[in-house]
Amino acid sequence: MNMAVRTPDPKKLIKGATGDWEIIIGLEVHAQVTSNAKLFSGASAVFGAEPNMHVSLVDAAMPGMLPVINEECVAQAIRTGLGLKAEINLYSVFDRKNYFYPDLPQGYQISQYKQPIVGEGKVLLDMPEGVVEIGIERLHLEQDAGKSIHDQHPTMSFVDLNRSGVALMEIVSKPDLRSSEEVKAYLAKLRTILRYLGTCDGNMEEGSMRADINVSVRKPGDPLGTRCEIKNVNSMRFAAQAVEFEARRQIGIIEDGGKIDQETRLYDPGKGETRSMRSKEEAHDYRYFPDPDLLPLELDPAWVESLKANLPELPDEKKARFVANYGITPYDAMVLTLERASADYYEQVAKKRDGKAVANFMINELFGRLNKDGKGIEASPVSPEQLGAIVDLIGDGTISGKIAKDLFEIVYTEGGDPKKLVEERGLKQVTDTGAIEKAVDEVIAANPDKAEQAKAKPTLSGWFVGQVMKATGGKANPQAVNDLVKAKLGIE
Amino acid sequence: MTDLTSLTLAEARDALKAKSFTAVELTDAYLAAMEKARVLNAYVTETPEKAREMAKASDARIAAGKAGALEGLPLGIKDLYATKGVHTQACSHILDGFEPTYESTVSANLWADGAVMLGKLNMDEFAMGSSNETSHYGAVVNPWRRNGSDVNLVPGGSSGGSAAAVAARICLGATATDTGGSIRQPAAFTGTTGIKPTYGRCSRWGLVAFASSLDQAGPIARDARDTAILLKSMASVDPKDTTSVDLPVPDYEAAIGKSVKGLRIGIPKEYRLDGMPAEIDALWQKGIDILREAGAEIVDISLPHTKYALPAYYIVAPAEASSNLARYDGVRYGLRVPGSDIIDMYENTRAAGFGAEVKRRILIGTYVLSAGYYDAYYLRAQKVRTLIKRDFETVYAAGVDAILTPATPSAAFGIGEKADADPVEMYLNDVFTVTVNMAGLPGLAVPAGLSAEGLPLGLQLIGRPFDEETLFTLGSAIEKAVGTFVPKQWW
Repeated sequence: MNMAVRTPDPKKLIKGATGDWEIIIGLEVHAQVTSNAKLFSGASAVFGAEPNMHVSLVDAAMPGMLPVINEECVAQAIRTGLGLKAEINLYSVFDRKNYFYPDLPQGYQISQYKQPIVGEGKVLLDMPEGVVEIGIERLHLEQDAGKSIHDQHPTMSFVDLNRSGVALMEIVSKPDLRSSEEVKAYLAKLRTILRYLGTCDGNMEEGSMRADINVSVRKPGDPLGTRCEIKNVNSMRFAAQAVEFEARRQIGIIEDGGKIDQETRLYDPGKGETRSMRSKEEAHDYRYFPDPDLLPLELDPAWVESLKANLPELPDEKKARFVANYGITPYDAMVLTLERASADYYEQVAKKRDGKAVANFMINELFGRLNKDGKGIEASPVSPEQLGAIVDLIGDGTISGKIAKDLFEIVYTEGGDPKKLVEERGLKQVTDTGAIEKAVDEVIAANPDKAEQAKAKPTLSGWFVGQVMKATGGKANPQAVNDLVKAKLGIE
Repeated sequence: MTDLTSLTLAEARDALKAKSFTAVELTDAYLAAMEKARVLNAYVTETPEKAREMAKASDARIAAGKAGALEGLPLGIKDLYATKGVHTQACSHILDGFEPTYESTVSANLWADGAVMLGKLNMDEFAMGSSNETSHYGAVVNPWRRNGSDVNLVPGGSSGGSAAAVAARICLGATATDTGGSIRQPAAFTGTTGIKPTYGRCSRWGLVAFASSLDQAGPIARDARDTAILLKSMASVDPKDTTSVDLPVPDYEAAIGKSVKGLRIGIPKEYRLDGMPAEIDALWQKGIDILREAGAEIVDISLPHTKYALPAYYIVAPAEASSNLARYDGVRYGLRVPGSDIIDMYENTRAAGFGAEVKRRILIGTYVLSAGYYDAYYLRAQKVRTLIKRDFETVYAAGVDAILTPATPSAAFGIGEKADADPVEMYLNDVFTVTVNMAGLPGLAVPAGLSAEGLPLGLQLIGRPFDEETLFTLGSAIEKAVGTFVPKQWW
């Protein structure tokens, strides 16, 4: 798909003084490759060390040092390419991007310019209106720079080279996105895919995923407008805010008779605005040329095949399988497959059980409770076995749905075997019609007026059901209560 | 023991093995000779203590019967090679005080074979020059002088210190590097033998980079045999340099003195330049005659793209250099000239730290890589490079074993003689040698005679990729016919 093909969705247009505007967005996501060592040196790529502890002679660009490609980083890029359903280029070239900056010791970044390792691919977004396909233009490998630190000394800046030379994948989308919601969804989906593949941890707050966002606006049907690039956005929320602000800024300028200058901008989350960083005229001339220290990267097709064969199941495939195998809705399947760990958890529980019931309980109870604690599924105090036992207890009528919630809370906070807990704490559902009948009679007898009204307005029977449930401590079988109330009140 | 320095490397090796003298005695003889020859300015740093220590260790290994291939043999190392804890500045002001914590692969190979380091040799700054006049440490003086003259001549460049030191007998042999002729031209100017091996034969790890796709390490020594012995130790595949090649290193010395009978030697017509001095032409003819008489078959060949080699080289090499030298920014090591902000500091440091020739090449390189010029210059030069390579492939495919050409268009010239000349005139020194770098081939320079003024002149032999052996065979055949050349000691 490309921008010419995508029909403008009226709901995504922004209203301006002169009519509706369409936002055109393309993203360049820098994803740090998960690897032990840097792209061209043996130094550790682990985050969080003391400044300059993970620096090799190559990273510090000492005289006479040469880059040697890290095979694992190449494998990770290929896996990512395969995960994006992209073309893998068996021949690619590393280039030097030349510019001076203190945190760039070589005076150039080794990147891939004209011949990247991965070509065109796609990412599918689950949007409320349906699936939206976003084209991937390319993915290439490059070195990260170090970090300049300006707050340690009154007149000097310090440099930390721990990140210098760490492998990044730059994933470039086509200008296929049309709204801030899609930007958020795209970043989330990309992160899901990367995490499934284990090729990037996707932690935006640690900077292992950052986005440069290209934004332009146009009247639907018009040619593309001049774009601005918002650099280095490090959260999905900020990305959405930046797009919203930038689109309105551009519309304002054009509607006031102005012209958009192609420039690089920065998003300031504090002020909620984008600011000019440098104009096109100030843009660097990077003087790209093939790095003569590195031979072109030629991949063995058999190796690429073996990487492909060992790829994990990806979110889209998993989602489709969940829908087919477990009979759950596409939405529930999407939620369950957002993270591989959740999907694995789900499958562990749903195997041999009612998939729908498990999905409901996981999404409503488990995810809700974990969210409240800010915990991930990996840290869930309730194991798949425990959760499965609770679902079984509901399924065989031992406990009601309401009791199940209480039981879940007990298991979550105190732990224990759900079956035993039900026994020990007397949480069993009352299915003895005699006991329930007694309770129903008592409630009706205590509320003769309401009983009279209910005969005229049958929906009032719900009130009686609630009272009976309350009287039985929630343990009565709701269906039995419902039937008895209706019978006693003479409602059909 | 005063004449210990007159022995060749092979002779000294055999004498040490026979225990005729010790490595320490040999080293001391060289250290003494170096002291006397300081007027030549061949060394930028002498390392006598390290040398004696290494020689002592060599003697111990010889006594223990554990001598390496170069055990106890004192060598000079070009300042471009990283030597651990020792002055390594590529003879540039910008690397002031730089002493690496690491050892280049090639020098490490030499030490592993038992060689002894005498010191670091002068060179053109960042290997950019053909006269050794661009060194921050001053010009090197060629031990050779014109008949009856006391005018100081250049030793060629950029490995001028290496060539002068070998010629002056102040080291047994020297490491050098060659990007466009920096081994072969100074060898020719000093009556020494030098080889630029096939690209990838020696590791570039730990060599201060000039132009990565052209740079190659190689030795300069007194004769073909010594050169062969040194290359055997220097060459290796290196996992730290992915452009180094994993091929077995042959016993190059075994190629010395082999028959040249039946070898087909190509004589490229394009190397016959307009206005070439008659004595260069005569020297070339002499080389042809020698090889023919020794049984080689001489064939006329054409390398049609030769004339584009020099201009293309002066695009590719500066382009790579402009990027390779970006790391000298005053931030981490070497010279820093403070400034009001980071840009100011960069400008001050690089303005003060680089010499005029280096700046010229950085500017040329930056220009040819700039947006809008890349296709017209760099890309086109790379295409020319492919054509040059193809020229050679064609003649080799037609059965030519090696190519004979002059090494330089003239004999050594006076220091300062070309100071006011167009830089291109200096670049023309490399006219016979750059094609070899552009094609990545091996090239050997051997002395073949003296000019009318009594200065050495050299011939160049160009070989097939990784066929350095044939070059050593042919070089030794020329050497056998003309002998070796030693300057009169005036210092």
